[in-house]
Amino acid sequence: MSVLTDELRQKILAYVPRYPSKQAVTLPALHIVQDALRCVPLEAIREIADLLDLSPAEVHDTMSFYGIFRDKEHPLGKKRLWVCRSLACGLRGGDELLDTVCKKLKVHPGGTSDDGKITVEFAECIGACEGAPAVLIDDEARLNLTPDKVDALLEELRR
Amino acid sequence: MAEFEPVLLRRIAKKASPWLEAYRADGGYRALQKALDEMSPGQVVDAVKASGLRGRGGAGFPTGLKWTFLPKDHPGPIYMCINADESEPCTFNNRILMEEDPHQVLEGIILSCYATRAATAYLYLRYEYGRGYRVLQQAIDELYNNNLLGRNILGKDFHLDIFLHRGAGAYICGEETGLIESLEGKRAWPRIKPPFPAVEGAFRKPTVVNNIETVACVTHIIDRGVEWFKSMGVPPDPKNPRDAGSYGPKLYCISGHVNNPCCVELPMGITLRDLVDKHGGGVWKGRKAKGAIPGGISMGIMTEAEFDTPLDFAGPGKVGCLGLGTAAVTVFDEETSIVDVLHNICRFFSHESCGQCTPCREGTGWMLKIAERLRRGQGRLEDLKILEEVGDKIGIMPGTTICGLADGAGWPVKNAIRKFRPEFEQYIRSAEKSSLLELVGGH
Ligand SMILES: Cc1cc2nc3c(=O)[nH]c(=O)nc-3n(C[C@H](O)[C@H](O)[C@H](O)COP(=O)(O)O)c2cc1C
Ligand code: SF4
Ligand code: FES
Repeated sequence: MSVLTDELRQKILAYVPRYPSKQAVTLPALHIVQDALRCVPLEAIREIADLLDLSPAEVHDTMSFYGIFRDKEHPLGKKRLWVCRSLACGLRGGDELLDTVCKKLKVHPGGTSDDGKITVEFAECIGACEGAPAVLIDDEARLNLTPDKVDALLEELRR
Repeated sequence: MAEFEPVLLRRIAKKASPWLEAYRADGGYRALQKALDEMSPGQVVDAVKASGLRGRGGAGFPTGLKWTFLPKDHPGPIYMCINADESEPCTFNNRILMEEDPHQVLEGIILSCYATRAATAYLYLRYEYGRGYRVLQQAIDELYNNNLLGRNILGKDFHLDIFLHRGAGAYICGEETGLIESLEGKRAWPRIKPPFPAVEGAFRKPTVVNNIETVACVTHIIDRGVEWFKSMGVPPDPKNPRDAGSYGPKLYCISGHVNNPCCVELPMGITLRDLVDKHGGGVWKGRKAKGAIPGGISMGIMTEAEFDTPLDFAGPGKVGCLGLGTAAVTVFDEETSIVDVLHNICRFFSHESCGQCTPCREGTGWMLKIAERLRRGQGRLEDLKILEEVGDKIGIMPGTTICGLADGAGWPVKNAIRKFRPEFEQYIRSAEKSSLLELVGGH
């Protein structure tokens, strides 16, 4: 049984004509799989490698370089909340925000809340520094996340 | 002096619609029409060269000159890689351009591809810019539907595809050869140069890498002309034959301890002090500034006494900083501990070093360990010397690493120590004293 559905395969293969080498589809493929499965299991790595005429080791090599991808043992929760800790946010309470969020969800950075709903991570500058402290929810920034807004945010993400 | 009228932010300032119809009604794609009707690719290159435009991505390399490094009469393909990785801490101007006025950027990309004869452009976009990704994709779809992308653009013998390629959360993908490796589906390990991308880049073909703001400037150079571009900014220093000048408008980002963090467009060359006071609303809470980073954290640190430095390509270097970088200024106030600033910066580079070169991988790691130790109050005076030494020795400038990440990691560290030494020494001494007292008290 394959872990990649036909739909996922088609999505991946649609990227092939864009590049002169199939290997260039590695990152798009990893994103497609992780968006759907919330992680990239080893079996999926093998199947991506098959689709792109690569060795699974090549796909894994690329995947493991980028901190964004999760293996099967560390899947993402339903939402991923990144708290920025770089300088502009750090100067306006970014580290404290990360601490607060972790305490409220009873996790360490990288962990997922018990109900499986929210994965918390630290981020380096997410390019939203005019709204420091800023966070990223999956791939969209939320600005000016002062401590008084944390409860409402977590509530929203749990829904 | 007349109030400066923004150009890159013109439509954004008036909250104009980002979509094609509105952009065209505002004169959009006029420059492209003009180039395709009246100019050869070589003439577009010449115009950009004559304008003095220098890359906005951090290195400040003259754009037209870079384009001429492509091999002549190459059978192709030639690739254009647009660098939208924008991961230098405290920098967000590319994001605003892409999210709010995508066609201005896309028109610049199309013009740049026409000039360089590239038939495929990959826009490498950091993953974190999800909103930008969706806006750009919609704008690109509009272009395909209106004969502004694809085959025979505007009826001419000119074909171009633009593909968005999303990154995966690594700063090093902004380094141009790291970007290329990442695009090719590999880990983003920067390549040893030469060969430079213009000779052998993406998929081993000649490649141009340009920043988002750079190509946005190209749109206006073709639309408004070379003289317009050169009418603002700072001309080359006649005493320095290697200075190529700092012409044109620039997007400055202001963040940190200011009342009004924002992105503003100004003629190149405003001083850091004017930027903070006139556009950033001054330092917050009625405090004074202690210092600032002038162009992303890689460029080093300026003390408050150095704030009258002009932010053009040559300015920051005159006060011991690495350069203008991304022109992103982050201010820290007088109550901020320089030890905290140092620690924050070291943590970033230790996390983002790609690990390929030992001096960078180990150097950034050790600088962080030492910064952590200092911060815990367990620092020693010798640590300052070690930090300076590592800062001096890692990088392409001393010749020990493959890419410039290491120079950018070392620079703020040595600036911090050399410019704020008394504060570091006092911090270490008072921590020593308090730990002695603890020992005494414990008996
Ligand atoms: C560590 C490192 C990170 C970089 N990050 C970026 C970036 O995020 N965006 C960018 O445009 N240039 C970045 N650069 C500069 C690029 O290597 C390259 O000079 C630039 O994209 C060229 O475009 P330009 O000439 O239009 O500025 C980075 C350089 C280094 C050494
Ligand atoms: S200098 Fe650092 S980031 Fe650049 S290639 Fe070497 S290890 Fe990687
Ligand atoms: S430092 Fe946090 S968004 Fe830039």
